[in-house]
Amino acid sequence: MRADYELFTVDTQAFIYGEQLRAAQRMLDFDYLCRRAKPSVVALVTPERGGFEKLFWGTKEIRIPRITNLTEAAARFPEADVLVNFASQRSAYDVTVEALEIPTIRTIAVIAEGIPERQSRRMAALAKANGKWIIGPATVGGVKAGCFKIGNAAGTMDNIREAKLFRPGSVGFVSVSGGLSNEAYNIVARATDGLNEGIAIGGDAFPGSTLLEHLLRFEQNPAIKLLVSLGEVGGTKEYEIAEAVKAGKITRPLVMWVSGTCAKVLPGQVQFGHAGARADSAAETADAKNAALREAGVIVPKSFDDYGLRIKETYDRLVEAGPIVPAADVTPPSIPLDYAQARAEGLVRRPTNFVSTICDERGDVHTYCGVPINRVIEERYGIGGVIGLLWFKKDIPPYAREFIDIVLQIIADHGPAVSGAHNTIVAARAGKDLISSLVSGILTIGPRFGGAVNGAAEHFLHGLRSGLAPRQFVDEMRKRNVRIQGIGHRLHSLENPDARVELMKAFARKHFRGTPLLDYALAVEQVTTQKKGNLILNVDGCIGVLLVDLLVELRFSDEEIDEMIRAGLFNAFFVLGRSVGLIGHYFDQVRLEQDLYRHPLDDILYDVPQAPEKVG
Amino acid sequence: MKPDQLFGKRGKNKLLLLDADLQAAVAWIGERMGKEVTIEGAGGKTTGVLTHFLIEPFAPHDAEYYLAFTSSRDADTIHFSPQGGVDIESVWNTVVSIEVPVLTDPAKVEVLAKLPNVPHKETVAAFVQALYGIYVDYHFTYLEFNPIAFSHGRLLPLDTVAKLDDTAAFQCADKWGPIEFPRPFGRPMTPEEAYVESLDAKTGASLKLTLLNPDGRVWLLVAGGGASVIYADTVVDLGLGRGLANYGEYSGDPSTELTYEYTKTLLDLMTRKPDPHGRPKYLLIGGGIANFTDVAKTFTGIIQALEEHKDKLRKNHVKIYVRRGGPNYKEGLENMRRLGERIGVPLEVYGPETHMTRIVSLALEEAQR
Repeated sequence: MRADYELFTVDTQAFIYGEQLRAAQRMLDFDYLCRRAKPSVVALVTPERGGFEKLFWGTKEIRIPRITNLTEAAARFPEADVLVNFASQRSAYDVTVEALEIPTIRTIAVIAEGIPERQSRRMAALAKANGKWIIGPATVGGVKAGCFKIGNAAGTMDNIREAKLFRPGSVGFVSVSGGLSNEAYNIVARATDGLNEGIAIGGDAFPGSTLLEHLLRFEQNPAIKLLVSLGEVGGTKEYEIAEAVKAGKITRPLVMWVSGTCAKVLPGQVQFGHAGARADSAAETADAKNAALREAGVIVPKSFDDYGLRIKETYDRLVEAGPIVPAADVTPPSIPLDYAQARAEGLVRRPTNFVSTICDERGDVHTYCGVPINRVIEERYGIGGVIGLLWFKKDIPPYAREFIDIVLQIIADHGPAVSGAHNTIVAARAGKDLISSLVSGILTIGPRFGGAVNGAAEHFLHGLRSGLAPRQFVDEMRKRNVRIQGIGHRLHSLENPDARVELMKAFARKHFRGTPLLDYALAVEQVTTQKKGNLILNVDGCIGVLLVDLLVELRFSDEEIDEMIRAGLFNAFFVLGRSVGLIGHYFDQVRLEQDLYRHPLDDILYDVPQAPEKVG
Repeated sequence: MKPDQLFGKRGKNKLLLLDADLQAAVAWIGERMGKEVTIEGAGGKTTGVLTHFLIEPFAPHDAEYYLAFTSSRDADTIHFSPQGGVDIESVWNTVVSIEVPVLTDPAKVEVLAKLPNVPHKETVAAFVQALYGIYVDYHFTYLEFNPIAFSHGRLLPLDTVAKLDDTAAFQCADKWGPIEFPRPFGRPMTPEEAYVESLDAKTGASLKLTLLNPDGRVWLLVAGGGASVIYADTVVDLGLGRGLANYGEYSGDPSTELTYEYTKTLLDLMTRKPDPHGRPKYLLIGGGIANFTDVAKTFTGIIQALEEHKDKLRKNHVKIYVRRGGPNYKEGLENMRRLGERIGVPLEVYGPETHMTRIVSLALEEAQR
């Protein structure tokens, strides 16, 4: 059974609202350190995504469900009574109001900063009307030593260990500032037997719960013997604390300091880091509030500098007089270091599984083989230059970039009748999407369709390297019964040359230092055209041999060129260039709203036997 | 005629001219424009330069009321008095206050029955009722008309003070229209303060700088909204308020570049000229134990700026004290220690084992020796 003054116990279960995996992990690590039986986080409420998340429980991984809706989460986990609300400034109010209406949720920590005051006041009023607690907004939350912590409160595991937050002490602490709460836990740990509970109510003008409300709650808790608080310039709530002390509602010793005493030397109105930290009247100044607290009997230090000393004195007095029996020290279990942190600290290393040598996206600007993309654009590398960087890993000269551009343009499309385009069209007409239709076309590229580029490079290179005279080469190929790739065209002949081939030849002769493989292929063409006029070096063949000549110019060795042929580099130009055309065909079919294609029956020879041959 | 620069009590401060013709108005404003004045208000004395004046036509009217809306934690309050146009505090017993608890529907607030008997009472009540709806809907946190007059059958505000909640901008962008939040009346911003403000506006992190005394010997470079106030407090509480050069803070995990720019701005100010008596200056690089800010990372920008200013720091006899805790603080502090050795500037480094403001007393003890 949980007493009314306890917001959190060692059994407290909570929801986290928002994509806050690190905060969730920190809560679980804290649980583990406290030797809790069960994790405190029962579910993550993440509207964008359901399923589950894997988090660590000590060294083991556990699954924490993701639920897209808070009300549903509460229905599934009725025993969870805390919501750590990480929703943004814009939606934190709506999430909090939803939570306030759910009977099983009792305490809501609102982390967001910059929530409009009117919304904060409404949340506070609704909470009060429903008998619930809001911590925040604009806070890191709080911690119940040895039991439960809210989100990122109490900082790193190191800090939690240093401040002994894994087991309860005798001090109840409440502050305005969340940023200072770790500092305060540290001070408390050094001056006393440790924190029992610490809450940061947040720096807004109208927090959901006040310093006084938490102090009164601590007052009722028999485990808390010493109260420590840290207020701030702005607002008048500290006077209520002074009144409560005077009225005997707070009987435990209270050490308190109100920060912002420097305001008197600052010009005009300086807005400090917190929205509520601004004195609108003399009563709201830190000096006035410190004086009122001191007058009421609160232990107020001279400055923050001896805050720790006053806490220590008071604690020692309580130990001496009897009410405090210092909490025994316990040894918490160790928690393995997170890999990322261990790596950052240089404590671990691990072999990688992947290597990339062509690009890097980790810096400010992505690089292609070390060249920043902005330079690629500024220096007009073009597609040819980018292919140089990503395929060849070389910074190739402008004429080479231009040649690659020409190749891609020439290859882009050769009409709707060829295998690739046909397949793309049929797939598009079957209602398939862009990728399916494109891939359906690309999948036809191989030894018979488009493969001639690669094949021609391979064949002519073989001839040239073997030192075979063109006629010997043709004979040898015939003997081996191999059709020379890249030779032959349906229409064109020596007399009626293919303009595309002529264009490439002219470009290469003008810009390349030499074109040995082209020259060899043309010599072969002289032989083959004697047999039949249309057995000329065709577009695919011309591209294949000129790409080899280009690679030689770019100082690739024979072995490297062979490796590229094996890897299908020449096909790659075909795939890349032809994709432009295939995509065009897909869009064309979609725009034309072409129906499902069905091949005409009279175009098929049906030669089916009467009955299958019986075997076996 | 009156200045319009976010301060009140202009009558009391003799900054109000009534019933004047154009010539008198021009002369009156001409005498005051660009002049420095000291205003006495609720928050003490404030000195600043007059730059903006309002000229309003004289409106004949038969009654002057006081009307204000205020907000506190539990309720909004509508204040109404039949005696407007005077220092309202002096006639506070005439003010009727209608308290509206926070969760009340604005349309259901009972105004008419609670107003005192004044001329045109029904019109006034309907006006107040409607205005309260706007007060709520537009996220005002304060709205005061003193006076609001009855003129030609309608209510006419003659002087208005309004405060809007700037955090509601995301909800009210359309209602408010293009609105600029003016700076409070007081000393104009120095270029360095304006620069830091422009850095602050660029990021989700927070960077603040207020220059208090450029000749001061104690300079603060403190992380965190809460801690920065306490460092400034402690300098004041330990009796060196006049030597405090600045208030400022950086928080919310600013990037290395932003902390570098921020530190550079501060160091430029600090090292413009050595102390005339040749005494040392003190730079306190302070902060509490961070919850999740990577200390080593934020120190990188600070270290870079310190390194660049090493000659100026030495020339100005700067002594540096560092205190910080939080994620990766050991590495951050070690980097600082090594920096001190490298640049030959006296630099002491403390971690969470040392009380947060101890470096303030260390520096001040030295300064007062």
